[in-house]
Amino acid sequence: MTYSAGYGDPESGGPATAWRDGWPVYDRSGTVCVIGAGPSGLTAMKNLKEQGFGVDCYERDTSVGGAWNWRHDRSPVYASTHLISSKPFSQFPDFPMPDSWPDYPKHSQVLEYLEHYADHFDLKPHIWFGTEVVKVEPAEGERWDVTTRSTGGYGGERIHRYAAVVIANGHNWSPKRPEYEGLEDFKGEVIHAAQFKDAAQLRNKKVLVIGAGNTGCDIAVEAAQQAARCWHSTRRGYWYTPKYTLGRPADQVNDLMLWLKLPLRARQFLAHRTLKSTVGDLTRFGLPKPDHKIYETHTIVNSQLVYYLGHGAVSPVGDVARFHRNSVELKGGEVIEPDLVVLATGYHPSFDFIDGNLLGVDASGRPRLAMHAFPKRQPTLAVAGLLQPDSGLFPLVHWQMVAFARMLRVREAAPAKAVAVQRRLEAELDRRWTTAKVKDSTRHWFEISHTTYLKAIQRLLDELSLEGAK
Amino acid sequence: MKVMRAREWAFPIAPVRREVRRATPELDEGKPPVLFVPGFGHGAWVFAEHWLEHTADRGFPAYAVSLRGHGDSAKAPKATLRAYAHDVAQVAASLPRRAVIVGHGAGALVTAHALARYPARAAVLLSPVFGGAGTALRNPMLSLPALFGGGLRLPAGQLFSRELPANAARGYAARLGRASTRAQWQLLRGRTPQPPVGDPPVLVVGSPDDRIVSDTALRRVARGYGGAPLLFPGMGHDLMLDTRWREPIDAILDWLEKSA
Repeated sequence: MTYSAGYGDPESGGPATAWRDGWPVYDRSGTVCVIGAGPSGLTAMKNLKEQGFGVDCYERDTSVGGAWNWRHDRSPVYASTHLISSKPFSQFPDFPMPDSWPDYPKHSQVLEYLEHYADHFDLKPHIWFGTEVVKVEPAEGERWDVTTRSTGGYGGERIHRYAAVVIANGHNWSPKRPEYEGLEDFKGEVIHAAQFKDAAQLRNKKVLVIGAGNTGCDIAVEAAQQAARCWHSTRRGYWYTPKYTLGRPADQVNDLMLWLKLPLRARQFLAHRTLKSTVGDLTRFGLPKPDHKIYETHTIVNSQLVYYLGHGAVSPVGDVARFHRNSVELKGGEVIEPDLVVLATGYHPSFDFIDGNLLGVDASGRPRLAMHAFPKRQPTLAVAGLLQPDSGLFPLVHWQMVAFARMLRVREAAPAKAVAVQRRLEAELDRRWTTAKVKDSTRHWFEISHTTYLKAIQRLLDELSLEGAK
Repeated sequence: MKVMRAREWAFPIAPVRREVRRATPELDEGKPPVLFVPGFGHGAWVFAEHWLEHTADRGFPAYAVSLRGHGDSAKAPKATLRAYAHDVAQVAASLPRRAVIVGHGAGALVTAHALARYPARAAVLLSPVFGGAGTALRNPMLSLPALFGGGLRLPAGQLFSRELPANAARGYAARLGRASTRAQWQLLRGRTPQPPVGDPPVLVVGSPDDRIVSDTALRRVARGYGGAPLLFPGMGHDLMLDTRWREPIDAILDWLEKSA
């Protein structure tokens, strides 16, 4: 394996060869910078290394795993977090999870898996732990100046120049908090799901969980077991898929239908029938009827919520209208008195170290990226793992990064081809990668269907094949 | 590269208990682990006989897996080639570092399939039996029973050179088992494996006097990976059990030291 630049210490990159605002810039030549050592960053490093690139990775925390590492202050995992996609959809396609693990591994196993991945592919020597990225700025020749410093701001800043940058800073750490009238005056405790770590926090309290996402449902289930009372507030109806249908993990049944090449309508019909005969009609518990067909937004995978609804341990309620000093008023006029409100209202992606224009970020904070990964006119910049799939994320981000590494190789070997592919990608800048029409909500803009997305990746990889061009 | 694998996702391979034999060097020199994959009918013991210890003595952590239904692994009468490749990828991914995979006989074909699912550091294909009509025609008396659901016949005279004492050869031959009928069928059908991921260097090793793999077949496999085979004339099909077992393994480890 050949590295285009020295492997190891970015600080021994030789004397500064350029200057930026009076600061020295150390040239790392062909090396690629990866921001973050979570799952996306790790697979970016592994695939770039595999295609012969040198990599430097900056990680603000002191270990790998990103969101999956419960020791990290920004990690959203709680004690009972587990995967909602089964193993075949949750593992990197070239690094299987052990056979001895269950169909749906627990968060500690996912962390173990990521740590093993980092060791197995010898990634740790490339990672600068306890180092955060302050700024990413374009430099001449489509290269990038990356300013770093110790996490927390101790010590000086350093600038290194890289051939390319992969942004893998995750999108589940910056909490999205909805605004409610009277929330400041509410005397009870209000936490975001990010601050929820352990079921003990709910014990013997009257809990209101706001949000019908997978996290909201998990917390409602926890509250059903621990809390004195649990209300679960959802704005509209959703499909609750059990983790097992027809005797196997539900996502495997779905892909069986895909393998049989059943059209979307047939799959929707079969899924509706299966859910009707197993889960049944949820309106009987007082839940709103789903206003969309299944597969139009990513489904909620939770076998337990329906069980606790049936036991009366979770009371479904509608949207929150306003908060009072000691109570919460719902849209229907009903008033409830929780001691603890958990906002399971999701997260914002946040890229505070780079000029939003480079990623085409609009007023609502949403970047404009081809295939949710490649910004316009920036062939040496990629965002890894900014996807909300109907399946596991790891395989998708793996292929994203295989494609990006290959794209960088093609830029060297066949520049004309790389430009043509880049143009083609930009022509599809606003395309959505879903099979069904998706509800337009900020939660859903980077939602994708894994099959549609992977087919697009397959096409991209075929276009980037260097066979014949060599 | 195949991205869409709906069939594999919908039908994951069932887990089984697997026998893994190992020999680790006294001092960890940071050399890559080597995983040996035996061929059809063979178990991990064929490598435990000489090669595992020798590889460890040269500083490489050495492992050998018995494919399901072989050696001391759990029985698997309905195993497919994909299940065998799954066994290899599972063991390879469990090792502390990125592994080198060495597959023998039909185990070389299993290895080639595993290379499409695990980015090995390097791979070695020993006396590779890649199947297809050619293999069957060269060994009609061996393959014929397999067509009717029997085992591939592997008599001692076909596997070892004359240098190996007759009683040793008989002893080894008596320990052989058989692969599943389905996997034998798939071998005879000889579907080409998907290309390897991670672009590993691949070395093909064999003997021109192998009575199961012809010289032409050996060269064809080697050409598929862009090289020529490394030959050990006078040796039989089971290089690791033959009297001169030391020569091929030393050549393989020398190659690994240079290329991986």
